[in-house]
Amino acid sequence: MSGLEQLYQQIILEHSKQRTGEGLIEAEGRRAASNHQYNPTCGDEINLRVILKDQEQVIESVSWEGDGCSISMAAASVLSDMAPGMTTQEFQALVDDFREMLRSRGTAEPDEEVLGDAAAFAGVSKFVARVKCAMLSWVAAEEATKEAAA
Amino acid sequence: MATDYRTSPGVPLTDDLVRELRKDFPILERTVNGSPLTYLDTGATSQNPLQVLDAERDYYLGANSAVHRGAHTLAVDATDAFEDARRTVAGFINATETELVWTSNATEALNLLTYSFANASQGIGGQAAAQFALGEGDEIVTTEQEHHANIIPWQILAERTGATLRHIPVTNEGLIDYEAAQTVIGDRTRVLAFTHVSNVAGSVTDVDLMVSLARKVGAITVLDACQSVPHMPVDIKKLDVDFAAFSAHKMLAPTGIGALYGKNELLEAMPPFLTGGSMITKVTMNEAQWMPAPIKFEAGTQRVSQAVAWAAAVRYLEHLGMDQVHAWESHLGQLLAEGISEIPGIRLIGPAAGQPRAGLAAFHVEGVHPHDVGQLLDEKGIAVRVGHHCAQPLHRALGITASTRASAYIYNTAEDVERFLKQLSTVRAYFGY
Repeated sequence: MSGLEQLYQQIILEHSKQRTGEGLIEAEGRRAASNHQYNPTCGDEINLRVILKDQEQVIESVSWEGDGCSISMAAASVLSDMAPGMTTQEFQALVDDFREMLRSRGTAEPDEEVLGDAAAFAGVSKFVARVKCAMLSWVAAEEATKEAAA
Repeated sequence: MATDYRTSPGVPLTDDLVRELRKDFPILERTVNGSPLTYLDTGATSQNPLQVLDAERDYYLGANSAVHRGAHTLAVDATDAFEDARRTVAGFINATETELVWTSNATEALNLLTYSFANASQGIGGQAAAQFALGEGDEIVTTEQEHHANIIPWQILAERTGATLRHIPVTNEGLIDYEAAQTVIGDRTRVLAFTHVSNVAGSVTDVDLMVSLARKVGAITVLDACQSVPHMPVDIKKLDVDFAAFSAHKMLAPTGIGALYGKNELLEAMPPFLTGGSMITKVTMNEAQWMPAPIKFEAGTQRVSQAVAWAAAVRYLEHLGMDQVHAWESHLGQLLAEGISEIPGIRLIGPAAGQPRAGLAAFHVEGVHPHDVGQLLDEKGIAVRVGHHCAQPLHRALGITASTRASAYIYNTAEDVERFLKQLSTVRAYFGY
């Protein structure tokens, strides 16, 4: 596989167009928090909302609106697919694994059992300039989850 | 110093001639991702020819020492090289050496100006500097086409002095709206700051018109010449602007040095911005007297080797002839504009193909983010700029957040443009459009 094919895995290209979670879900009266992240180098932007279940530390939904490259949009979509149903602790562990993989400069061999579709972003770690694209929504979700659970 | 050139002076550039010239630029021989490098990002920074690199090295090997101080031979040689560089770079835009202030870059040149005006507004520089003082009711006018470096310093100056910042909007194509300019520029306008060539639209501003509008109301004119001086003959006296900023690294020279041009009588009247060593005549514990311009604006140790290198770059360009440089780049600019316009789903920014434009073209690929466009081009060794190009307001006016830009220079061939267009035409399909 060429570097480019590793970067733009089919799953990423699909998620960048058929996006899960796009469009903010109304959260009035819910245990929820929003977070905004911005990448000043390219102007990519995301506004993301995490809603928790009423009685449990479990993520009910992740929704977002944003503008960015295929990597950043796909990362937000995959995240919105995976997070619902996870406890806040499980989700934090997933974010940690995702971050570690992206910071590996191409050396990490992702565990697909753990990372699921997010493992498709392993190739991004070789393109240092694009790591921030993939992390943008995940950082927003990490922050929003912490705030909603607090 | 290396002064051997590969071509005769002032001959029209052709693909064959450019291929010969490229031997002066070893970096262009490297490969990227297994393809030959196609460097189309000169709008961001240019490559340096051996003649320029040799000049900087020769300076360090033979004359390096502190300028404007010391009586030893090296100090004299260094000062001569430094001041010869100033004459050379000033002469390139038809200015005299007292009208050219060295700065770190064009951004610093514009900041020098605005901080000096702020000082004047506080009474520093006395009566002579009062012409630069701004206050409530005064207006600073810039345009929506500007680079951030020609926006933010004016925002800060307005905030500091109470002056109002206004701007001339752009048209749907991203061009300065000259009709609007006539109404935005008015009796209260004290400063008109505008770009000569847009780093995104590639359009060339009607400087004569803008200067005449400013003159009518007695406003000071400030020209961002970063994208014009490297690429076309610029006679600053003929343009008749009061100030201009430009930069070495966009014209075959190293980073770290730029320049502010100012008319003699204006630079003389302006108070300094950075202060300290070198810029003074007499210092007591309570006050200091300043050197005449331009030294008044050059506090601290200067960038001597970069100045020497910049002069070598100017000589390189003068050898080619700026008329020829301009003709070649206009040719490449048209090839870019035509080729981009022909690809479905891609919107060219700035003048339409066939209309005058500089040797650059920015564009928007429907459905595909510029970072993804840049990535696909890089895969084939093609270097372009992606993002907002430090012109967020212009992009916002065009209804986009970012764009992709290809910008050419004297070392680019029509073949480079073809290679770029070929890969660009595959981008939308790759992303499923």
